[in-house]
Amino acid sequence: MSARAISGLVVPGRGQSVWLITLSAAAMAFLAVFALALSVTSARLAANWSEALSQTATVRLSAPPEEMDSQTALVLDVLRTTPGIAEARVMVPEEQAALLEAWLGPDLPLDALPLPRLIELTETSEGPDRQGLRLRLAAEAPAAVYDDHSRWRRPLVQAATRLQSFALVSLVLIGAVTAAMIALAASAALSSNGQVIRVLRLVGARDRFIALAFVRSISRRALIGASAGTAVAMLALLALPQAGSAVPVLAGLGFQGWTWALPLAIPPLTALLAWSASLATAFRVLKGVT
Amino acid sequence: MIVFEDVAHDYGGGPLFRDVSVRLDKGSFHFLTGPSGAGKSTFLKLCYGELLPSSGKVTLMNRALQSMTRDQLAETRERIGVVHQDCQFLDHLTVEQNVGLPLTATGRPLRASDVSDLLTWVGLGTRAEALPPTLSGGERQRAALARAIIGAPNVLLADEPTGNLDWEMSQRLMMLLIELNRMGTAVLIATHDLNLIRFAKAQVQARVMRISGRRLQLAGSEL
Ligand SMILES: Nc1ncnc2c1ncn2[C@@H]1O[C@H](COP(=O)(O)OP(=O)(O)O)[C@@H](O)[C@H]1O
Ligand SMILES: [Mg+2]
Repeated sequence: MSARAISGLVVPGRGQSVWLITLSAAAMAFLAVFALALSVTSARLAANWSEALSQTATVRLSAPPEEMDSQTALVLDVLRTTPGIAEARVMVPEEQAALLEAWLGPDLPLDALPLPRLIELTETSEGPDRQGLRLRLAAEAPAAVYDDHSRWRRPLVQAATRLQSFALVSLVLIGAVTAAMIALAASAALSSNGQVIRVLRLVGARDRFIALAFVRSISRRALIGASAGTAVAMLALLALPQAGSAVPVLAGLGFQGWTWALPLAIPPLTALLAWSASLATAFRVLKGVT
Repeated sequence: MIVFEDVAHDYGGGPLFRDVSVRLDKGSFHFLTGPSGAGKSTFLKLCYGELLPSSGKVTLMNRALQSMTRDQLAETRERIGVVHQDCQFLDHLTVEQNVGLPLTATGRPLRASDVSDLLTWVGLGTRAEALPPTLSGGERQRAALARAIIGAPNVLLADEPTGNLDWEMSQRLMMLLIELNRMGTAVLIATHDLNLIRFAKAQVQARVMRISGRRLQLAGSEL
């Protein structure tokens, strides 16, 4: 019989502490998957938002209807001669209507509203000199307002970044609590098996053998529990409604592409945590047995 | 193999015995007798290091017990087989696995045929797969003896090994112990069964020690 097979034998497979370890590992792995998903998602959102918004801007033009076309031409002239702007395009009324429909509903008589005209800019990667552009527009077309979206881009990116820190802190907390719970459960397992430890010592088993027998059994239970918790959480994430539905930010919670591999690290990490937490406990308990 | 020099033991309520000096040499055969509560089990526990003497010196296999590391004590126990008064089994393992434990738990090779031969000899051939809690008192003691000798120890300590056995089985066990002794194993048996001592003394040169009045005395030839 191999050392592994023997150590599997000497530690009784039943008892409360066994369930305590499996269950707490499962619950913690489940939570860890969600914290990880939140972290990955918020990182993705922060990156998406800062990228998508950083290279677009709009010029909003409010003028009396009869001056609208001439002012538009003026603004386009200014924009065309501004370095850092790749493209300037006047939005057609249908596009504007589509944008507003999301907020105001489809039945609104848009024709009756004095809508400002929107000019959509695509900036080059360097971007324009924003302050200079504002000054030129103020001088040549006072009715035009340049908006680079930074007003609402910044807080969004900030929120996403903060969300990511929350998720990372949660992961660390989950890890610490898991280690503490497993150390406690290991301690319970060892003290409820005082007779096993005593008998093993009496027949000549070394501390190392006894400690490893318990540590192996505890780590195996932690691995089984964490695998189950991780699997359930990943299935739950798969079952979440995907982006594009009613609440896009929350529905986007989950992994994409290679990031699906990240939660697979949780079970082995939990087992490793269980290993080190229970090894220290085992040697401490053994000191009390002759 | 086991040497006591001026050993005393005290659980806290005054010394149980003191000034005990005795040698258990290779190949020797000893009985330890005395009234219940005299300290026979305590004496045996000092012999395999479950207890430390409160004064004096115990030497096991040429190593001072008090200065052994935990691993050295474990290593020493590989060479000392013990039949405990309360047997000390792992109740979730079968009789067969319990008997093999001194070998498997110390990484020594275990032959299944050795275990079954030994179990057959102690009359437990058909109980190999049983769990210890289902054994009778006598069966437990026979299984405990099998476990004590599976590792071919240099010393065998037995604490009331025939306490739950009928006379015929007691004699059989005693014959096994005598045979073991003839092959060189030092044997120390704690018992208050004088018939057993008489039976053994007819077969083998045995010394009888008696704990009495807090001292260890060598019993005379009145037995
Ligand atoms: N762990 C212990 N703590 C305190 N007293 C003990 C302990 N073990 C045994 N004793 C006491 O020591 C005395 C001797 O016990 P023991 O060695 O078992 O005697 P014997 O085996 O000769 O019957 C008894 O009075 C018993 O109550
Ligand atoms: Mg006793």
